[in-house]
Amino acid sequence: MSVELFVQYLFAGITYGAIYAIVAIGFNIIYNTTGIINFAQGEFVMLGGMISISLLPFMPLYAAIALAVLMTMLFGALLEICFIRWLESPGVLRMIIITIGLSILTREAALHLWGESIRSLPYFIGDEITTVAILGARISPQVLWVIAVCGLMVLFLSVFFQATSVGREMKACAANRRAAILCGINTRNMVTLSFMLSAGIGALAGCVMSPITSSGYDIGTGLAIKGFTVAILGGLGNSMAAVGAGLLLGILEAFSISVVPLAFKDAIAITILLLILFVRPHGLFGSSTAAGLKEF
Amino acid sequence: MALLEVSGLHKKFGGLHAVNDVSFGVEKGAIKAVIGPNGAGKTTLFNLITGALAATSGLVSFNGAPIQNRKPHQIAACGIARTFQNIKLFHDMTALENVMVGRHLRSRAGFLASMLNMPWTLKEERQIREKSMELLALFEIAAYADVEATSLAFGQQRAVEFARALALEPALLLLDEPAAGLNMHETAEIGKLITRIRDLGITVLLVEHDMSLVMDISDEIVVLSFGEKIAEGVPADIQNDHDVIKVYLGE
Amino acid sequence: MKKLLPLAALIVFVIVIQKMTGWTDTRFYLTQLTMAAYYALLIVGLCVVMGYAGQISLGHAGFFAIGGYVSAALTTINLIAYQDRVVIRMLDGFGLLVAGQDIYGDAILVVAPWAACIAAVVCAGTTAWVLGIPVLKLKGHYLAMATLGFGIIIYRIVLASAVFGEADGISEVPPLPLLPGLTVSGDFGMREENYYIAWGMLIIGMILLRNLIDSRVGRALRSIHGSEEAAESTGVNTARFKLKVFVLSAVFAAVAGVFLTHYNGGIGPSEASVMKSVRYVAIVAVGGMAHLWGALIMGIVLNFLSLRGVFGSYDDAVFGFILIVIMLFAPNGILSLNWRGYFLGLFRRSGQTEETGRAIDGTP
Repeated sequence: MSVELFVQYLFAGITYGAIYAIVAIGFNIIYNTTGIINFAQGEFVMLGGMISISLLPFMPLYAAIALAVLMTMLFGALLEICFIRWLESPGVLRMIIITIGLSILTREAALHLWGESIRSLPYFIGDEITTVAILGARISPQVLWVIAVCGLMVLFLSVFFQATSVGREMKACAANRRAAILCGINTRNMVTLSFMLSAGIGALAGCVMSPITSSGYDIGTGLAIKGFTVAILGGLGNSMAAVGAGLLLGILEAFSISVVPLAFKDAIAITILLLILFVRPHGLFGSSTAAGLKEF
Repeated sequence: MALLEVSGLHKKFGGLHAVNDVSFGVEKGAIKAVIGPNGAGKTTLFNLITGALAATSGLVSFNGAPIQNRKPHQIAACGIARTFQNIKLFHDMTALENVMVGRHLRSRAGFLASMLNMPWTLKEERQIREKSMELLALFEIAAYADVEATSLAFGQQRAVEFARALALEPALLLLDEPAAGLNMHETAEIGKLITRIRDLGITVLLVEHDMSLVMDISDEIVVLSFGEKIAEGVPADIQNDHDVIKVYLGE
Repeated sequence: MKKLLPLAALIVFVIVIQKMTGWTDTRFYLTQLTMAAYYALLIVGLCVVMGYAGQISLGHAGFFAIGGYVSAALTTINLIAYQDRVVIRMLDGFGLLVAGQDIYGDAILVVAPWAACIAAVVCAGTTAWVLGIPVLKLKGHYLAMATLGFGIIIYRIVLASAVFGEADGISEVPPLPLLPGLTVSGDFGMREENYYIAWGMLIIGMILLRNLIDSRVGRALRSIHGSEEAAESTGVNTARFKLKVFVLSAVFAAVAGVFLTHYNGGIGPSEASVMKSVRYVAIVAVGGMAHLWGALIMGIVLNFLSLRGVFGSYDDAVFGFILIVIMLFAPNGILSLNWRGYFLGLFRRSGQTEETGRAIDGTP
């Protein structure tokens, strides 16, 4: 494999990996505050892309993206308020089924709104043939956009959770919900906020990736599976590890297409998911004792 | 030879020695109690014997055969039944059905026989039902046989759990804090019940906080502190043991 | 006797429906009723795993597809080119192959439908066994995702393999002769016959599962749902029982897949899709999880409506909607709601109802 091809694959892997990492972080944010896996996580990404595409004829690109992200955040908050908030200690099975149902409804609504056609946002800079040369490989500037935006989001989130009081309250919620309530934190609002936050980052990821990967009503499930794989790979709830795991999966996938048929590309992620679940359900980076303490 | 023999049992959690080189034996037909302050490692010890946790090192033998690090259901099959500190009944099942599950090891209908409703399974099913009703009667809760077990009063739930454990016809019964959450009167009742179980020929090993109960009914007591055995003997000796008094009352 | 009454009612219902379609000249309903019965067969099997043993499976369409696809592939792949190979000649010697002619008059040599059917079911059962050993150690979200992952892998394999016809699926699947005079086939002349085959299978399946639930094994399964730790302490080998019931339900799914494929004369990749698995879970949930009759009734009703196209292009959306509404408002299924109290209340002036709140529970 030549250096150029290697770099080409590497960047493709990092691009997809960054998206997977964002979806995984979305899973983690909600998991940490509620203990549930939101199976509708992938739909946030889909919504971000689709809404911004629909808004584009009426406003400049960046305004459309900003509005799409806001609307998706609102949608996330609504989901939580309407379907999750008022349930008294629901069982895991019940929550799984509810979020699966939400995911289906969102997808079907998108299908009826936008149809089956695949659309995409325009490239932020130049068009699909604009490239920049890195180590001899021709890379689209959009790839750099995806990597930069995802990187910034991770940075923003770590600052948010560490330096702001709201972020710290959410963290307290994650560590011990009961104790958080006793400290006067409104945990219900924190849950709503966690849905908004993970909807927001998902939607933004959906917008920046749209020029490269295109958006369609049905991209959510695939992304959710990949995101979940990454979340498990990094250890559920551990967002920093999810970044590493996301890049790992993205790069593995990118290089895999030179070995196995394209049709089986998705099967790779799922095979990794199954292997991880069987061998190290606490993740690559997590310790088994810490995972043992968590109630799954 | 003792019925249950624990020797050099050791369990490490990270750097913490939850159970450190504990040895003792339980004689057939005896009531033996394990006591100790909070965090002494009583429950860990219990979980090691019942197979819920794997020991770091050491031996547990039952009837002369080693049983450490087996799965809980294998240990149950050896003839060791247990109850739980925070009662664990099967929800969505009646009190009678809960006890009937206890007959699992004493019956043998498998998937195929059950699906085809072989004639002999009907007979077996009837025997399971009769035996379970007997046990409910023994604990004076036969009237609640068809009530969902988890909707019963606390004391009755404990009785269902006892009945379920006895349904195994065990040689050894392990009780994890049987008096937890009970008032003085109920505790005295439980004490009588435990003696009655022993009189049925079942050896009892219990972990308990309630000193008066332990002193009343036990033949022998083991005292744990920070994972180590600090004393073992008959109740009268334990009450006067210098180390035990120090652990319980301070200097 | 109490146990036999609903079964007798079901049999009477099946016969009455068939007669009614005859009298009113609406025999075309029988086709969807036959298909719905096969789907319901899968659903009652899934109900035992989910409702009674408490293990979620989001991959049951996978087992259905393994059954259907293996049987379809074996009975359609022409082995004539390999007829001199030792393996093929051995199979032929055992009477496992049948020779014939295709529609163009060319000679074909395929696996006999009955042998293909057995192979398909064994294949699904084995897959469930191998998958179940690691997967059933998982709980909650992890189990859900692992079974979902399995379902997606099956879907991808079907879509990407030429043997399974890729996106087109497999068609021209021959009928499956069961007994002399009884053949699983979509032929119009055999519509009544096939209606009774399907419902007969469903009723037999139902009897087997009812017996299972009411037995020592059924109690052990329900105890696993209640508390795995306590179940172990009474000597229930929870790992083994979970595995066995998982394999059993996979076999039910595979049998349904095989029969439906031979009835339809083909199978397509949509049968393996995640949405199908989700749909089955939805129906079990609507029926009330631990409620075999609920699963059966909902399996028939919802599948029949769906197959009749009542939901139109909102088919998947309807199932998503049902899932949410049921899980939000009636997590024990719609049959568990206090219907009796509600209807009695309609006829009673003073609002005094006995046994309010306590759900009517169908479990024995």
